[in-house]
Amino acid sequence: MHMKLLSRVTADVKHTPSAHSTLDVLWVLYDRVLRITPKTVDAPDRDRLLLSKGHGPAAYYAVLAAKGFIPEEWLDDMGGWDSPLGHHPDRTLIPGVEIGTGSLGHGLGLAVGTALGLRAQGFLDTRTFVLLGDAELDEGSNHEAIAYAAAIRLPITAIVIDNRSATHGWPGGIPVRFPNWEVSVVNGRDHDEIERALRVVSDRPHLVVASV
Amino acid sequence: MRETFIDTTTAILDEDPRTALVVADISAASFTAARRRHPDRVFNVGIREQLMAGMGGGLALTGMRPYLHSYAPFLIDRAYEQIKLDLGHQETGAVLVSIGASYDAAAEGYTHQSPGDVALLDTLDGWTVHVPGHRDEVAALLWAAARHDDRVYVRLSTQENGHAYPDAAGLRVLRRGGPLVVAVGPMLDPVLEATAGMDVTVAYTNTPRPLDTDGLRALVEGAVVVVEPYLAGTSAYLVGQALNGLPHRALHLGVGRAEIRRYGDWRDHAREHGLDPAGLRRSISGFLLEI
Repeated sequence: MHMKLLSRVTADVKHTPSAHSTLDVLWVLYDRVLRITPKTVDAPDRDRLLLSKGHGPAAYYAVLAAKGFIPEEWLDDMGGWDSPLGHHPDRTLIPGVEIGTGSLGHGLGLAVGTALGLRAQGFLDTRTFVLLGDAELDEGSNHEAIAYAAAIRLPITAIVIDNRSATHGWPGGIPVRFPNWEVSVVNGRDHDEIERALRVVSDRPHLVVASV
Repeated sequence: MRETFIDTTTAILDEDPRTALVVADISAASFTAARRRHPDRVFNVGIREQLMAGMGGGLALTGMRPYLHSYAPFLIDRAYEQIKLDLGHQETGAVLVSIGASYDAAAEGYTHQSPGDVALLDTLDGWTVHVPGHRDEVAALLWAAARHDDRVYVRLSTQENGHAYPDAAGLRVLRRGGPLVVAVGPMLDPVLEATAGMDVTVAYTNTPRPLDTDGLRALVEGAVVVVEPYLAGTSAYLVGQALNGLPHRALHLGVGRAEIRRYGDWRDHAREHGLDPAGLRRSISGFLLEI
């Protein structure tokens, strides 16, 4: 279902690695993990998925369409003048999209604030997820959020899609960049493995590296 | 003004469970009691200003009202893209409260000075900018900002006027006469001293954004001088728009772009930028003589 929709967004010619790399994780999130439906996109206690890696949002749009957040027809005109779907997502135009991104390195800080805001209002069962790319970790702003979330033991879940696209790589691996986080490394194409990792609820921040 | 900010924000946090405060080490010790009383809403992130602004955006997305605070160059200049994207682009708001202004930290050097903060926010949409001229103007501005979700910047300074004018959101006329001289925030006292005995109208505002363009249009007859405590000419485009179609001459005084590689205190820098009473008198009288 969602593969057909993805092809519809990318018109079979722009199957870029960044568009494909997130597909399985996003599907598992929306199909099995997140407590959010098209009817609850504005519910204050809904689970949050913040797509920090706003590049290549075709998979994101395809999953949102498959789950009924947006009409499938929207997928045919991504980037068009009359389309709500840009090459980077805009939260004010697309139901279900939590943050507008495109410039890299913004999602983690927003996720930390979101999780703290939810906790301050007593939504203790609401979970906050943020999805990044391994190249996005180059942005220094991420490391401010990584260190602070660990210092205050904030139970957010950061998912890093690792398709080894960072220009200078991450010698020693991605997990060592997240000191004092709980870490899961999964096959980013194996839905059961992804689901098990995403269901982990901890008393500190949790990193899920999804290798694709 | 900094003490008023600390006392007022502490009271706001006590009174309104929707409000939150994020600091980045600067002034953190002064909020120790508030943090102890409201550990879920008062945060010190350490020296991480990008995170501070991003957290503000995230808190606001959940319906909280975040106050963010640091030295102006760290709060605004350094985190400009977070302010642009994590607040404006998300259609969220926050209350940004800075200290340091253009050269309060004269002896610390240019790294601790932000003459360009208001000009930077002028590149973005929807910011209200308060530049209080006296500590007794600060509390009301901070309380008012707790009651909505818009984007607000409060620029505090150690330089202040002898009297408070809490009702100076619009242009408040303090002296009636000939050509209009507008003084923003702490520039009021130097302007009043500089124009003593001159036939001018002096109007004061502590809220340059949105600029009181209706008031400006009503008060200008031929010539206007704007004196701002930040980058010279920051308000020139708004003054030009407001007076569109009215024949007028305008002089915009403020902080120069050239870095002053000297220390001293704010009075030394005010003098160097021509923003002390003597410098202002030279500039204003010269401009008016040309009429």
